[in-house]
Amino acid sequence: MNWLPTLIAMAACLIIVMVRVFMGPRAPTRLVAFDTANTLVVASLVVAAMMFNHVIFVDVAIVYALLSFAMTLYVAKYIQGDKF
Amino acid sequence: METLNTVSYVFIGIGLFFNFVGAIGLHRFPDVYTRLHAATKCTTFGSIFLILAVIVQSAAIWAMKDDISQSVMCIHSVIALIALLVTNATGAHAMARAAHRSGEKPARAVVDDLEGKKGD
Repeated sequence: MNWLPTLIAMAACLIIVMVRVFMGPRAPTRLVAFDTANTLVVASLVVAAMMFNHVIFVDVAIVYALLSFAMTLYVAKYIQGDKF
Repeated sequence: METLNTVSYVFIGIGLFFNFVGAIGLHRFPDVYTRLHAATKCTTFGSIFLILAVIVQSAAIWAMKDDISQSVMCIHSVIALIALLVTNATGAHAMARAAHRSGEKPARAVVDDLEGKKGD
């Protein structure tokens, strides 16, 4: 199977989403767009693992998903004005 | 193998379609809540199907060519899928709550039922 077109299409999606990260009116919109970009990156990493036939990409994707979740929670807590 | 290739291609098609819908919805909707609605649901659904295509493909190679390295790929992809499913919904909830508490107003909304409540 040829996985390269899938990866290129995912990169195009990622560019569309990153435009919203830089344009977004205020911080919550940027956070939403960035979280979307993280989801797309995880899916792209799994597809890249299948394309290059290296399992290490999938392990990186798992760690990336969990760390991006922690980032989202902390930035959300910062946006809503809580003290740590 | 041919049938499973077709299944993988169908899954990739569904996944890419929903990822594009999510990315475009991020630009077409007016405020942060509707953007969250479009982006989170569509990209989660699309990513599930993209990873499912990888799982089907690696499981097919694992079963038919008896390749041990593909078994690791298959099982770790399932773990990545579970991590994505657990974290995305929770993160979206936290982001919506943070947006409301930071004073973000829904576009063209008339009534905000949570206004002025402390324990929302």
